[in-house]
Amino acid sequence: MAESVVNENGGGDDATRRDFIHIAAGAAAVGAGVMVAWPLINQMNPAADTLALSTIEFDVGKVQEGQQVVITWQGKPVFVRNRTAAEIAHAKADDNAGDLKEPQTDAERTKPGHENFLVVIGSCTHLGCIPTFGAGDFGGWFCPCHGSHYDVAGRIRKGPAPKNLVVPDYEYLAGTNIKIG
Amino acid sequence: MSEHESTYVPKTGVEKWLDTRLPIIRFGADYLSLPTPKNLNYWYTFGGILALCLVIQIVTGIVLAMHYTPNTEMAFASVERIMRDVNGGWLIRFVHANGASMFFLAVYIHMLRGLYYGSYKAPREMIWILGCVIFFLMIATAFLGYVLPWGQMSYWGAEVITNLIGAIPVIGEPVLIWLRGGPAIDNATLNRFFSLHYLLPFVIFGVVVLHLWALHTSGQNNPVGILIPKERTAKDMVPFHPYFTVKDGFAIILFLMLFSLFVFFMPDALGHADNYIPANPLQTPAHIVPEWYMLPFYAILRAIPDKFGGVVAMFGSIGVLFILPWLDTSKVRSMRYRPTMRTFFLIFVFVGVGLGWCGGQLPDAQVVPGMPSFNLIDGQLNSYLWLTRLFTAYYFAFFFIILPLVGLKETPLPIPLSISEPVLTGPDAMAHAVPAQAEKKG
Repeated sequence: MAESVVNENGGGDDATRRDFIHIAAGAAAVGAGVMVAWPLINQMNPAADTLALSTIEFDVGKVQEGQQVVITWQGKPVFVRNRTAAEIAHAKADDNAGDLKEPQTDAERTKPGHENFLVVIGSCTHLGCIPTFGAGDFGGWFCPCHGSHYDVAGRIRKGPAPKNLVVPDYEYLAGTNIKIG
Repeated sequence: MSEHESTYVPKTGVEKWLDTRLPIIRFGADYLSLPTPKNLNYWYTFGGILALCLVIQIVTGIVLAMHYTPNTEMAFASVERIMRDVNGGWLIRFVHANGASMFFLAVYIHMLRGLYYGSYKAPREMIWILGCVIFFLMIATAFLGYVLPWGQMSYWGAEVITNLIGAIPVIGEPVLIWLRGGPAIDNATLNRFFSLHYLLPFVIFGVVVLHLWALHTSGQNNPVGILIPKERTAKDMVPFHPYFTVKDGFAIILFLMLFSLFVFFMPDALGHADNYIPANPLQTPAHIVPEWYMLPFYAILRAIPDKFGGVVAMFGSIGVLFILPWLDTSKVRSMRYRPTMRTFFLIFVFVGVGLGWCGGQLPDAQVVPGMPSFNLIDGQLNSYLWLTRLFTAYYFAFFFIILPLVGLKETPLPIPLSISEPVLTGPDAMAHAVPAQAEKKG
């Protein structure tokens, strides 16, 4: 009833005005909704104290040749391995192997002058289990969960994992001290 | 059924007063007198059993939350305290832990019953879809709950399952960190998992209300699978109470006997010994397996050699259930009258159980010990890897090839015109029935 009266008197102007108010109010409500939702979603991201734990220092000189030390960084295990000359030769020989899923040379996975030290995050790139050293077909790590084989440079060679064991960002500070993260 | 007229007559003054303000007694009374097909068999009692399962889980869960501490330092010890020191805590926890298994046992039977009798077909698609939503929420809730005791299986299960999300290209990694609240599974993860594990059962409860609303709008299906014409209501329907309250009640008693058998005589039979070892982020258990009710989906995940592909297949195996009503081309609901489809259905049940079995085995292990085999692409033919792939192929073929094709090609048996007809006049009467015109509504 009221609507027909408005249309008779004012033509289409009022309808346009009403549409504008509808759209503007709707857009404001959506904008407000997003603004309310964002802090509720963002609170689940890592908290400041969690982020504060993002770097650690470690003296790799403590690791004997042929030994592997597992340290914890950001709640994840990090393998620090002091490789033997034979292992390094083995890794370099496989630099151009055909079965590398993510081709990388051994040199790209270590720091110059410290080729014997391999630092990788010890969590399988498939679904995050911890691979064990000395098992598997390539002399490196083997993941017991779903059967991924890594070589002595931590490169994926066989199995469901898509990527090489991740080399974290790290740098040598003084001597054999490294800072991860 | 929505046209079901209310027969409730308020008697006392209080009832009359309440009925004009909040007709809640009328609601309950109408529910109990609801006309229900009289041929519902015991497969139809699992709806009631599931309602009971949800109530058991919520009640025991609220009680457990009074004693549990969601902190990585204290969670394991607080669960052990529930088991040893809290009065009757062992009983409440075993009921809750085994209750999850019983819940899934019942829901799988309930879903297969719906599949067999075509309960997802028009006009009941929404009942089915809401049921799928409930099933998905149940899986999420069970997974979150399994993490809470913070044992080895809890931790590594959470690690593996959250890593599935990391497999999604581009957004996977940030979403993974957001979900865990840090670079690794830690206290933040445990805390939010506890919060969500407490929340989701109430969400499930809400969806159950919608599930029942949809059920009472489109009406109960029945083993014959026909819509009951209005004029047959008096002959083919009986009131829900007392006929089905008693039938459901009897089934619940039998179900509770099985439940009690697990709780009191083998409470840990369905769990893993490794979960009685506190979580250790630096050591993975030798053999990670999920709870039995997730094994078929876990098997599908492992069957695909590609990480993201496996995740897609696993979620796809649940997602396909949502579109089931539009994949089945047959107008005949009940597989009682679809002999070809019934055979494929029985194979499907076998394959589902087989996938569960495969999910618990090592992929490289031999299926038939000692049988000679050869290497096919990336694994021995005589291995669980290839058996799982065979079963996975059938699982998807059942939905995407068999259901659409068989519905078009098969010749169904004659469908009775009413529920009473085959009973009252004997099987011969069915020869004269109008063949296979399942009624359409809407």
